[in-house]
Amino acid sequence: MALTNDEIFQKVQGVLVDALGVDDGDVTPDAVLTTDLGAESIDFLDITFRLDKAFATPEKPFKIGQGELFPENLMANPDLVKDGKFTDAGMALLKEKMPHVNFASFDADRRVEAVSELFTVKSLCDFVARKLGH
Amino acid sequence: MRWMWIDQITHFEADRRLVAVKNVSLAEEHLHQHFAAGPDGPACPVMPMSLMVEGMAQTAGVLVGSVNRFREKVILAKVNDARIDREVIPGQTIRYDATIERMDAAGASTMGVIDVLDHRTGSWERIGEISLMFSHIDANRSGLQFPEHNFVFSDNFRLILEQAGLGSLAD
Repeated sequence: MALTNDEIFQKVQGVLVDALGVDDGDVTPDAVLTTDLGAESIDFLDITFRLDKAFATPEKPFKIGQGELFPENLMANPDLVKDGKFTDAGMALLKEKMPHVNFASFDADRRVEAVSELFTVKSLCDFVARKLGH
Repeated sequence: MRWMWIDQITHFEADRRLVAVKNVSLAEEHLHQHFAAGPDGPACPVMPMSLMVEGMAQTAGVLVGSVNRFREKVILAKVNDARIDREVIPGQTIRYDATIERMDAAGASTMGVIDVLDHRTGSWERIGEISLMFSHIDANRSGLQFPEHNFVFSDNFRLILEQAGLGSLAD
């Protein structure tokens, strides 16, 4: 049976509580993984692995590919990043690969180091829902 | 010389599991300070639990490194969970049993259990569990550059591999 959005949120909340050592109450939909919940770069890999485990069922595996949830291997490509900022091509690729992220406020910024601040609890829930076929 | 906290690899299943042991000896100098005699009581030499975490990290790290034949620089990135229930005293043997839970190009997560052998009884007892995350640092998200040579898996690791008959993994 398909999970409801509330059930997805609760599982994502559990993943973040375990991975980041935060309290349930800290994990609100708008909480930013880095600035609000203290996630560091290795935590993104940890969260990916834990989401795999949390949403897999005996009938249906749930495996997140590398770079599917969080951007990777883009920084060294000069067509995508120039002077520490995403180019138009880079922005287009980010938006295409990550429909679960809201880039509205990022267009004016584009700094590579700021991209991790776009990942909220809601963006993780949206990612899972899409991947589950909701 | 890198401090090694495993003495011997005793079991290896490619891409899945590695088991190593460490014999705890009163000749190890750090035990004399952990804990030295003081106003609160007599000396109480026990294996520091932080070094048991390192022992598991070396066991699991060799396992993760072996998957790509030690071409990746495998760095301990995070101790997800560590529980050690009791102390280990000189004369006992620690066994670290690590398995890979998940691995991709960026890193791996491992789960491990710790057992201790008391030679007086000849029986093993489960005393802890440690869950770790490893990063392949050349594939780090921030794009940082590291030296080309693999400084993680030094000669000490190669020696342990060779003594276990696994030297060809690091060729």
